[in-house]
Amino acid sequence: MLNNFVMPDLYPAAPEIFLLCMSFLVLFVDLIFGATHRGLAALLTVVTLLGCAAITIVTADGHTALTFSNMFVDDLLADFLKLVTYLAVIVVLVYSRQYLADRGLDRGEFYLLVLYATLGMMVMISAANFVTIYLGLELLSLSLYALVAIDRNASRATEAAMKYFVLGAMASGLLLYGMSMIYGATGSLEIGGVAQAMHHGQSDKTILVFGLVFLVAGVAFKLGLVPFHMWIPDVYHGAPTAVTLLIGSAPKLAAFAMTLRLLVYGLFGLADDWQKMLLLMAVLSIGLGNLAAIAQTNIKRMLAYSTISHMGFMILGLMSGVVGGVVDPFTAVNAYSSALYYTVAYVLMSLGAFGMVLLLSRAGYEAENLDDFRGLNQRSPWFAAVMLVIMFSMAGIPFFVGFFAKFAVLLAAIKAGYTVVAVVAVMFSLVGAFYYLRVVKLMYFDAPVDSAPITAPMDMRILLSINGVAVAAFGLFPDALMSLCTTTLLRSL
Amino acid sequence: MISLPHYLILGAILFSIGVVGIFLNRKNLIVLMMAIELMLLAVNLNFVAFSHYLNDLSGQLFVFFILVVAAAEAGIGLAILVVLFRNLSSIHVEDLDQLKG
Repeated sequence: MLNNFVMPDLYPAAPEIFLLCMSFLVLFVDLIFGATHRGLAALLTVVTLLGCAAITIVTADGHTALTFSNMFVDDLLADFLKLVTYLAVIVVLVYSRQYLADRGLDRGEFYLLVLYATLGMMVMISAANFVTIYLGLELLSLSLYALVAIDRNASRATEAAMKYFVLGAMASGLLLYGMSMIYGATGSLEIGGVAQAMHHGQSDKTILVFGLVFLVAGVAFKLGLVPFHMWIPDVYHGAPTAVTLLIGSAPKLAAFAMTLRLLVYGLFGLADDWQKMLLLMAVLSIGLGNLAAIAQTNIKRMLAYSTISHMGFMILGLMSGVVGGVVDPFTAVNAYSSALYYTVAYVLMSLGAFGMVLLLSRAGYEAENLDDFRGLNQRSPWFAAVMLVIMFSMAGIPFFVGFFAKFAVLLAAIKAGYTVVAVVAVMFSLVGAFYYLRVVKLMYFDAPVDSAPITAPMDMRILLSINGVAVAAFGLFPDALMSLCTTTLLRSL
Repeated sequence: MISLPHYLILGAILFSIGVVGIFLNRKNLIVLMMAIELMLLAVNLNFVAFSHYLNDLSGQLFVFFILVVAAAEAGIGLAILVVLFRNLSSIHVEDLDQLKG
């Protein structure tokens, strides 16, 4: 048996292997120099991510390569999503440096857990087998549970971690149960194998649909779609803002990849069934997310509900690929790329929004209430403008990136014949505009409650400014990102 | 003779006990963790039964991964529980009520 072993091709997984090796280095360096050189672990983590980006760019040749017995896939979609993930994580690290230092949380563990969470996302993005999807998802989730509880003395954070853990573990259980049923019906754990078995029609439809329900429930939980959204507000609210920033940004890309690979690549034969489930969840998410956000006074909680509605929009794009069971490649690519575009745009906006919360926080003070944004224009006109751009973009006001993201998704939905749903979605985003514009009103027309000067370090100010400008710039030139998304998907489907 | 449906029904019952345990249990967080373990083990039973029935080893391979991850998960969960107990001096589900809205 042993002499049948063939060395797998490690080349497609080079960024993951590099990250894993570097994480050991970070561990050692932190152990030896952690007490004397505090910034070293952070610096090394950023260098690691830049190295991963370089490797990903060098090894991206546009071909789809499968390795580790078809468990791991390296295609253009994976390369693109990984690059955005590295970028998002680097931005998270820069934004959160001062916040962590003020609270004594900038220890090696934080950076290691962020690295392992990133590794989990990368594995999820490149997964081509139920086993790899599950392992990537768990590596990400377990790192995030620990990160939420990293401030051990904050009872709110530990409560959030416990809730996240219990609900997350349950979601993994649901996902696995679904996977076991699909394995039973198709006899394969490989995504390609599942699709093939279904294509040949030798699998039992009842078992498949039964498994699909659990699988979609698990995926919806990870995305935070209604009715599996309960954890999002509590975790976003309770976690240290730096961790909220991480949870609210990069993992959405991995969750998008997981959804696309499971439902579109694997279970395309059941598109008619999952389409209905996703449609219902998308409408409920857009509705409940926008309505519940109005009632919030805590900005982290408000942004949590807005996440729910944004994920609803993203899923609306993803489910518009198939029209009444008929597959038109052009419509399909259009719909999936609109969802990809939405995800990338959302990550950009969410980084900026939580970055602003971090900017206003200082040692011993959490600027997490809406009132903390009162009169920001008098304290710092430039950052008030950055927040204005981000809020306008999230509300979907032209001409910011969020507008084109919503526009692309709605166009895909109308093309797929969901005109009524598109109208409902627009109505709810009009409702949603209220709470985004309320933040703008507080910043420009109210007197400041808190008049402390903004003391964020220069690197964060520069990056946050670039973030705000990017939200505006991608809105002025939407074609660049849109065509990148379309090309990526065209060459990976 | 015990056939595949018997295993699947047993798996479904165990899984349901796990899910119901999470939602109905309003007392102890440790019981909640047991319910989570039960769900994962029910899935393992499913995989092993299918794997035997399909004559395909990959299902049993998946079970090993699930077992290892479940152990890691329990480790993290208990660590969070210890931290929670230090902060709240309680592991009752009802005491997790600071975050609402």
